[in-house]
Amino acid sequence: MKNTFKLGVKDGIPICLGYFSVSFGVGILAIKSGLSALIAVIISATNLTSAGQVAGIGVIAVGGSFIEMILTQLLINCRYSLMALSLSQNLSKSFTLPHRMLAAFGITDEIFGVAASKKEPLTPTYMYGLISISTIGWVAGTFLGAVCGEILPPILTASLGILLYGMFIAIIIPPIRQSKANLTVILLAAFISCMIYYFASWISGGFSIIISAVVAAGIMAYVAPVKEEE
Amino acid sequence: MRLVIYLVLMAGVTYLIRMIPFALFTKKIESRFIKSFLYYVPYAVLSAMTFPAIFYSTGNTLSATIGTIVALILAYFNCSLTTVALSAAVAVLVVLFIV
Repeated sequence: MKNTFKLGVKDGIPICLGYFSVSFGVGILAIKSGLSALIAVIISATNLTSAGQVAGIGVIAVGGSFIEMILTQLLINCRYSLMALSLSQNLSKSFTLPHRMLAAFGITDEIFGVAASKKEPLTPTYMYGLISISTIGWVAGTFLGAVCGEILPPILTASLGILLYGMFIAIIIPPIRQSKANLTVILLAAFISCMIYYFASWISGGFSIIISAVVAAGIMAYVAPVKEEE
Repeated sequence: MRLVIYLVLMAGVTYLIRMIPFALFTKKIESRFIKSFLYYVPYAVLSAMTFPAIFYSTGNTLSATIGTIVALILAYFNCSLTTVALSAAVAVLVVLFIV
């Protein structure tokens, strides 16, 4: 059991590093929006999501309505439902309801990406390892960003911006060696996402991801259904 | 007080979105279409999140493009997540330094 926790921590190190740089930006943003470093840290520790937090801080900054806050979070974060559903299909027997309720907190884009790439069923301890190291990076980055955002040279923060995307690429590329369908689904999703970005920019980022993913995965599930498990 | 309500709403909604499908969906899905759909979803989600956002992730399209190419090549040769991510960042840093 202990080993899977360690494995989770190890797999989470790139997430931790990437989060650190992204949440640094979230910390800076919170201060600019008139929030204290403490509030910024509380938000990061209780939400663990980049786009949702940026939008939420925006709502707080302009004194938006509570309904607006709820709708914004629903719209931007509902992709997590899709990820949670996908992960729920590959859980070990030890994943009882209390564990599910606890681990659900840590389903983020990156943690999902790493967890979904695992062939063997996920155990609670593995997920806790993955989630705790990532949360540490996320919260620490927010705190430092809020406290000393202006100190790091801009050239360094700019380079750190690519970390998380580099990690995504490391997850989606290796499987294209196994089947053409894996390549097609990636190209399709990227194509739709780019089309929305350049020609329908009124669609929010969170929504764009959902549309791209559902359409691309839907088409591929219809055209190239995966073989039944043996 | 208003701030507290904001914080509770933000965290609460975000948590429920994750928890409800994760906790309540305990049955294995039988439909071949839905199984295939869920198999493709992770790749589709990550790809949609990466493109085109990666090209704007460094505030400079040239450096981001070179970083992306480095990541694609290393990932194709099965390098670890950390290696791919850090190499992309180093490539960006080098380009930003030269430009």
